[in-house]
Amino acid sequence: MTGEADHTMAAERPSGGLFKGRAVDCDVHVSVPSVKALLPYLDSYWRQQFLTRGIDRISWNMTSDPPNAPIMIRPDRRPAHGRPGSDFSILKDRHLDVFGPGAAIANCIYGGVALHSEDMAAVVCTAVNDWIAAEWLDRDPRLRASIVVPLNNPDLAAEEIERRAGDPRFVQVLMLAMGEQPLGKRAHWPIYAAANRHGLPIGVHAGSLYHHPALAGGYGSYFLEDYVAQAFGFENCVLSLVSEGVFAKFPELTFVFMESGVTWLPAALWRFDKTWRGVRAEIPWVKTPPSQIVRDHIRLTLQPFDAPDGAGRLERFCEQMKSDEMVLFSTDFPHWHFDGEEALPIGADTALARKILWDNPLATYPRLKALSPEVAA
Amino acid sequence: MSKSRFVVARTSDVAPGTSRRVSAGGRDIALFNVGGDFFALGDRCPHESGSLCAGKIVGFAEADEPGKYRIVRDGEFVRCPWHGWEFDIRTGKSWCDPEKSRVRAYQTGVASGSDLEEGPYVAETFKVSIEENYVVVEI
Repeated sequence: MTGEADHTMAAERPSGGLFKGRAVDCDVHVSVPSVKALLPYLDSYWRQQFLTRGIDRISWNMTSDPPNAPIMIRPDRRPAHGRPGSDFSILKDRHLDVFGPGAAIANCIYGGVALHSEDMAAVVCTAVNDWIAAEWLDRDPRLRASIVVPLNNPDLAAEEIERRAGDPRFVQVLMLAMGEQPLGKRAHWPIYAAANRHGLPIGVHAGSLYHHPALAGGYGSYFLEDYVAQAFGFENCVLSLVSEGVFAKFPELTFVFMESGVTWLPAALWRFDKTWRGVRAEIPWVKTPPSQIVRDHIRLTLQPFDAPDGAGRLERFCEQMKSDEMVLFSTDFPHWHFDGEEALPIGADTALARKILWDNPLATYPRLKALSPEVAA
Repeated sequence: MSKSRFVVARTSDVAPGTSRRVSAGGRDIALFNVGGDFFALGDRCPHESGSLCAGKIVGFAEADEPGKYRIVRDGEFVRCPWHGWEFDIRTGKSWCDPEKSRVRAYQTGVASGSDLEEGPYVAETFKVSIEENYVVVEI
């Protein structure tokens, strides 16, 4: 494995930037520039297939991630050529060096996970993970990544988790908010069992396989509808994960919701708790109010944070959730949710900020514990 | 505060597995017969005041893991007919929210007609006969 010793010691090196190493950015995006970029990571059969069939000339970008939508790319992070998030030097110079996190978790949202050919999807995911390791993780000791897995075949996804688990720079498994089936369904459990074996949280990112509409009643017409509806997709994830008993089956498992908008959660839980009381017997493995299970098992990355302007909005969310342990710092690089360095809506020296920037991510990601100077010492 | 004991029903009025609404000291009480033992709860769900003696008497559904369903303590819980909240007939405790939602539970006993002649009991609604047994509720 490349450079493993370096990666566990990032916090001990002199580190500049806004946070001087005492922060974990739990959601930055890296983007496969083209299918062609994956060819070096395919075996000879698949490389020939891709070239023969012209697959190297097509794009597997997610419909939910149109590169020109303003929210998807901050102007100062747009590369001269290629897709947002495809240029390492922009991530390093304009982001990591500016914010100075001790670690940043790279998420590659890629259409390859959605291919209907289960074998090709699995091969593409393996190639993407190899590409992430070689093109990103090997180039900056602060970078970590989520394991990209073929979402249509949980057994092959579990194999990919096993293949990748030996590399400690992969710190979680990446899924999408809207897939073939709701996230709690037992069909997904091989993925959860594999993640659980290796102490990997499941990162659920905004996105869909588009096997179903993002709007529950049918397909909408506009990007606006699709983007806003992602928050509703996350609400469905909460309902399904808790109701189907994922946390009863895997009590050690944590889910991290990324780019969810965050503040939809308390209202969803008020409704969930209230309704559960009357029909609890349907799901007798749920033995505490759903909000308690969510508090124990679900985390949310900070950006974007949907709330009215003004002071106190982050504090209010913690008060409503009765927890200051659920929010994890993120910038959602290169997306455009804030300008300059205003990623954190509260002062960086407050107790809550320290939880969000540092304590909560370290408690969430067992593989980041090596970052802590206290643990390293 | 001293309690009064009220004769509220003949034991034969409430068959095992059923409930009956009775009145004592001006309060509405849901009287349950669980396998021959009598329990009395205030007949008023703490949620929206639904009448518990109109609720279904059920067992408690539990599971050690998803998909493994079983019923325990069959006949010892009542579900409010309005929103389905479950209460332990023996204690009045809400299973979902035992701290905040609780129905008043009253001490009950069974006394024969001859016992009752000795008092002090209040038989508000009917005449006590020496040949029968009666449910007595302490309020």
